[in-house]
Amino acid sequence: MAFAEAMRQINPDVVAAYPITPSTEIPMKFAEYVADGLVDTEYITVESEHSAITACVGASVAGARVMTASSANGVGLMHEIFPIAAAFRAPIVFGLVNRSLGAPVNIHCDHSDSMPERDSGWIQIYCEDAQEVYDTALMSVRLAEHPDVLTPVFVCQDGFITSHCYEPVDFLDDEAVTEFVGSREPRYPLLDVDNPVSYGSFVMSEHYFEIKRNQMEGMENALRVCREVSGELARITGRDYPPVERYRTDDAEYVIVIMSSAAGVVKDVADDLRSRGVRAGCLRVRMFRPFPSEEISEALSGVKCAAVLDRSASPGGTPPLAAEVRSALYTSCCAGNRMPSPVQSFIYGLGGRDLYPGDVESVFEGLSRGEHFLAPRYIGLREGTGGEERGGR
Amino acid sequence: MSGGGLCWQDVLPGTVTLGASSQSVETGLWRSVRPVLDAGKCVSCLRCWAQCPDASILTGDGGSVLGINMFFCKGCGICAQICPVGAISIRPESDFQGEAVSSGRGVGPLKVGELVG
Repeated sequence: MAFAEAMRQINPDVVAAYPITPSTEIPMKFAEYVADGLVDTEYITVESEHSAITACVGASVAGARVMTASSANGVGLMHEIFPIAAAFRAPIVFGLVNRSLGAPVNIHCDHSDSMPERDSGWIQIYCEDAQEVYDTALMSVRLAEHPDVLTPVFVCQDGFITSHCYEPVDFLDDEAVTEFVGSREPRYPLLDVDNPVSYGSFVMSEHYFEIKRNQMEGMENALRVCREVSGELARITGRDYPPVERYRTDDAEYVIVIMSSAAGVVKDVADDLRSRGVRAGCLRVRMFRPFPSEEISEALSGVKCAAVLDRSASPGGTPPLAAEVRSALYTSCCAGNRMPSPVQSFIYGLGGRDLYPGDVESVFEGLSRGEHFLAPRYIGLREGTGGEERGGR
Repeated sequence: MSGGGLCWQDVLPGTVTLGASSQSVETGLWRSVRPVLDAGKCVSCLRCWAQCPDASILTGDGGSVLGINMFFCKGCGICAQICPVGAISIRPESDFQGEAVSSGRGVGPLKVGELVG
């Protein structure tokens, strides 16, 4: 709902969307705004998510400011078009309400829908609460359309946990939003018929590589521009959003790295442990693409041991956030910094299973005991005895 | 780096190609049969003009049908199917071997230099 309200204030030129739980309320609420004449948006109803994102890409390269939303298998159906949107430098802002990918069918939150899109060329920002979703939606318009970036953005929030829970959100005035987001100035709009251009023409091996490398430059600039835009919004709202939130990590010995809504549980437990003399902290990763490697390796440089909690798995490999954190630390080590601390990987919360304070406390306890496992461990999973023999972990 | 093409810094962002237009693409190359207009029968009802998927029906002042643009016509045959007076017939392309395509705006394939502004 916070995202839909941001959409109303942003008043995009085009929205093409297809409903899927738990993102449905975004296009549903926005359709009401359109019907009530509160926005000037061309609202395109389509027959599938694939058509929705395809219409969004067409409208975006035509020169429009475009927004949409989806979840889970809807995101999966859009998969083919995401790299095309990124390659076209189509600055679409996308409300991605995280939900587990089937099968089995499940409507609740994990990050298995957005993680397969991590290499699609889209910026990925994971929000902790509804306020952050609202603020990030506003910022993402500026970030996506910035001439140094020109890259579409996923604004991720946890399905039901963030998307459907009631919590207070501080909205800006409509006028303040209009002024902050400004208007889009497309560089090569297809509707400029006096200066015809073509997007996505057939390109063989002579130039495909160069065009893809050129595209990556937008992502390379995104961290810098995100800091600039966030700072600008912070001057209006007082709320700043760095790529990584460091919660009591400055002198921490044990740190849990996590994304999205479950960070709140980790922060609560860190507070509790601090009151008992344990130097615990929480490192919340907000930007996953581009990945803020330097901030993370710097934040973890003094810890004894860290745990990374992933809300998705990479069967046969390292869970996505843990893989990135370890890679960042290794790179930092290669750059001459000290040997990285052990990083323990955990998988939690698949299919909407809650992360409880007791779970987090157990992770911190394990870190303080120096426990270390080579394979990822599971939090809150019912595991029978002899699981290692049966499951071959 | 192989070949003598452009560096990644020099290609346009967004896969953009300047000056590119479907007007320069000779879709008529795909044709195996072609429509032939009998101007004596045509009543310029413009059904073919409205239905042609490649905007290949040439019209003059006042909406009169002048002919069919063979640079774009893919030979789908819709015009012949919907013509109410039977003014369009379909004939195999082999009947026209050796004839040059005289209409359209063929600029040929895009050159490497056109990738940059």
